[in-house]
Amino acid sequence: MVMSAAFEEIAMDTPAGAEVQSRARTIGADAVSGSFALSDVSVAYGNETVLAGVNMLVPSRSVTALIGPSGCGKSTLLRCLNRMNDEIGRVRVGGTITLDGQDIYEKTLDPVDLRMRVGQVFQRPNPFPMSLYDNVAFGPRTQGIRKRGELDAIVEEALTDAALWGEVKKHLKKHAFELSGGQQQRLCIARALATKPEVLLMDEPASALDPISTQQIEDTIAELKDMVTIVIVTHNMQQAARISDQTAFMLRESMDEPAHLVEMGETKRMFTNPDDKRTESYITGRFG
Amino acid sequence: MKVVTGACVALVIGAAIFILGKIVISGLPGISLEFLFSKPGMGMRAGGIFPIIVGTLMLVTLTAVLVLPLGIMAGIYLAEYAPKNLVTRLVRLSIANMAGVPSIVYGLFGLAVFVLLMQFGKSLLASALTLTCLTLPVIITSTEEALRQVPSDLRQAALALGATRWRSIHKVVLPAAAPGIVTGSILGLSRAAGETAPILVTGAAFFLPKLPDSVSSQYMSLPYHLYVLATQVPNVPPEVTWGTAFVLVAGVSTVSMIAGAWRSVQRRKVKW
Amino acid sequence: MAVTPTHKAGRRLGRATRRRAVEAVVRTLIYAAGLLSIVILAAIAIFLVVEARQSIGEIGLDKMLSGTQWFPTGTPKLFGFLPLIVGTLAVTGVAVVVFVPIGIGASVFISEFSAGWFKEGMKSVIEFMAAVPSVVYGFLGVAVVIPWVKATFSLTSGMTALTGGLVLGIMSLPTVISISEDALHAVPDALRQGSLALGNTRWQTVYKVVVPSASSGIFAGVMLGLGRAIGETMAVLMLTGNAAVMPTSVFESVRTMTGTIAAEMGEVVYGGQHYSVLFSVGLVLFAITFLINLAADLVLERQRKRWRR
Repeated sequence: MVMSAAFEEIAMDTPAGAEVQSRARTIGADAVSGSFALSDVSVAYGNETVLAGVNMLVPSRSVTALIGPSGCGKSTLLRCLNRMNDEIGRVRVGGTITLDGQDIYEKTLDPVDLRMRVGQVFQRPNPFPMSLYDNVAFGPRTQGIRKRGELDAIVEEALTDAALWGEVKKHLKKHAFELSGGQQQRLCIARALATKPEVLLMDEPASALDPISTQQIEDTIAELKDMVTIVIVTHNMQQAARISDQTAFMLRESMDEPAHLVEMGETKRMFTNPDDKRTESYITGRFG
Repeated sequence: MKVVTGACVALVIGAAIFILGKIVISGLPGISLEFLFSKPGMGMRAGGIFPIIVGTLMLVTLTAVLVLPLGIMAGIYLAEYAPKNLVTRLVRLSIANMAGVPSIVYGLFGLAVFVLLMQFGKSLLASALTLTCLTLPVIITSTEEALRQVPSDLRQAALALGATRWRSIHKVVLPAAAPGIVTGSILGLSRAAGETAPILVTGAAFFLPKLPDSVSSQYMSLPYHLYVLATQVPNVPPEVTWGTAFVLVAGVSTVSMIAGAWRSVQRRKVKW
Repeated sequence: MAVTPTHKAGRRLGRATRRRAVEAVVRTLIYAAGLLSIVILAAIAIFLVVEARQSIGEIGLDKMLSGTQWFPTGTPKLFGFLPLIVGTLAVTGVAVVVFVPIGIGASVFISEFSAGWFKEGMKSVIEFMAAVPSVVYGFLGVAVVIPWVKATFSLTSGMTALTGGLVLGIMSLPTVISISEDALHAVPDALRQGSLALGNTRWQTVYKVVVPSASSGIFAGVMLGLGRAIGETMAVLMLTGNAAVMPTSVFESVRTMTGTIAAEMGEVVYGGQHYSVLFSVGLVLFAITFLINLAADLVLERQRKRWRR
């Protein structure tokens, strides 16, 4: 309900905002928690605006893929959603981003609280140099959970959700670096899930992995989307087609202008019958 | 020309081998349990060096207690917090210049500030504070270097899990950098243990009948004792002087070689 | 309030306040520690001046710097720094003659002509030489170099500027070699290959391309070695004989600035004129090494910028 109210506010300003609002209704973005609405979002590094005018809805409990050529601002946009851009310095984010109706760039909001709700999985597996257990328990401990039993339950659940429990349940004391690359990445997914986030951001999570590990990650994502909203950046068109419900195509057409969102829609339609010529040529080019 | 530059290297290796060999060959015969664990006697011409070893260890321990928290925090500042501005450049410039200040000048500073102004007198505390200033740049630099070896991916991952900046450093980055920080600190402290000039004017004693009983006592120390034996006391049997030199070099260099070797093993083991 | 998620809201709010407090305290402590080095360096300079003020007022810095006689216990007391400065220069000059060619030669060999295992081994050798305390170098000098100088040059005493300089040169080698080697190592391989491709030999490549490219780093290494030599105390105190007279050759006994402070500080009245004069000597020493290190640092900084792109 809060959602709709927030949308009312965005909508009045721009025609794009109005479109966002109407789409929000059709996909029922306000039904469950974990839905993002982006309105006229721009990002500037110092004086250079690298991304502008992004209007986008990320419905809850679904997989949204961000595609586009290198340097089109996909990862930058992703990092706006958990305010990891704040950590780089000299980055300014314009426009409005709301999570379940709440402005995540509001002054009173501590990004630390936001990030407990919006988890992230990185391009390369980056487990902490500690045991599997401690890796997964890191987030819950950060939230102040100390009781052994409670932690044990969370760790098991997170590892199960990340499809790793069966392989590692007898080796929770093992150092994370002893796992294979694919296992490490699933550990990182489990680590992110352990904070019980509403959204999981994935920045090309399989790009550093072999085909079999990639397959396992994709299977995991398919399992997870009933629990969390997933936003995934990928270079791999087949992957986007296989796992996502909607796809957003982004493009930076020249270095003199910022990147922008070309179009966004249901994945099946985007891949078979896109509205925009540029989307079509990018997708066919990549498939071709 | 390869021959000429090779000769330079040969000279360096030769010098190192000579130093090591001379000290081992001349010093080892003087080493015994009695030498290590008894007091000096007959105007330091006989007996052992026990109080001198103890004094050195006390001085280094006190210095470590003072310098490690400060140095490690300053290293964290440079690696994790320092903004790119003029102040940070000044901090770096100060550290580089502190490393180049002659050790006797640290002695003067310690004498003026710690011994006289703060009225700690010539004491373990005054010497340890002086050595703290002298060792600080080494600890800061090695801490910063060790922290920079930790990939930024790990910081990002911790932050993305809702950890604050400090929690990500305290729980993830510092443990990952610990081997580097520890070895760097050991190297720095072992250098401090061999310093003579700064303690000469801030608290090291020529001779003391008993062990120091508090941080405001004076103390005997290996490097100063070696200086005393070599230049101030006539007719010291060579095995006493060489034995003292052996203990000093063995202590300082063994510790730093082990620390150095351990660091390179750690670096090879953990591939980021 | 609306910021916190619906579940566990109350518990989190308390935690969030504490968390922010901890973060703020830690941040303050770390910033304070970060600034400590500026404070200490400034304090060193300030206290040297404060303690030297008496002597500067009573005698005058110009008088001390230009005075040719150092006779602190005579009547009248004479505090001329020139013998000490010249003594320091003589010892340092000998050290430079030793460590510049050997240091640069060795670093070129290590960086350009040796295999990986040899480099690793040399690292240990250099680390060992740097780890040996200066008083031990002094002691070895007393035991070995003094008799050798005495016999070789048929002198009445082996305690000379030459003796101190030779030992000091060896002591400075680790500094010079490790920094020059870093500088040589930082030269991109593409430059070497480019030169070899133009038909230069290995050695021509080294002295026409690699060494000039690394020259600023090598210069910095030499400067830092120089700083170390000027500031070294124990070895020179033990080896140069400490005669505070103007030397006419390196075969004579000299007294350096550092040696003077170390030898005389034990006998002065704290707060007296002689005490203050020794701080003036320290101030001059500090100023000289500060300038040398600053120069080395600026050069190193420039070099770092050049290779970083």
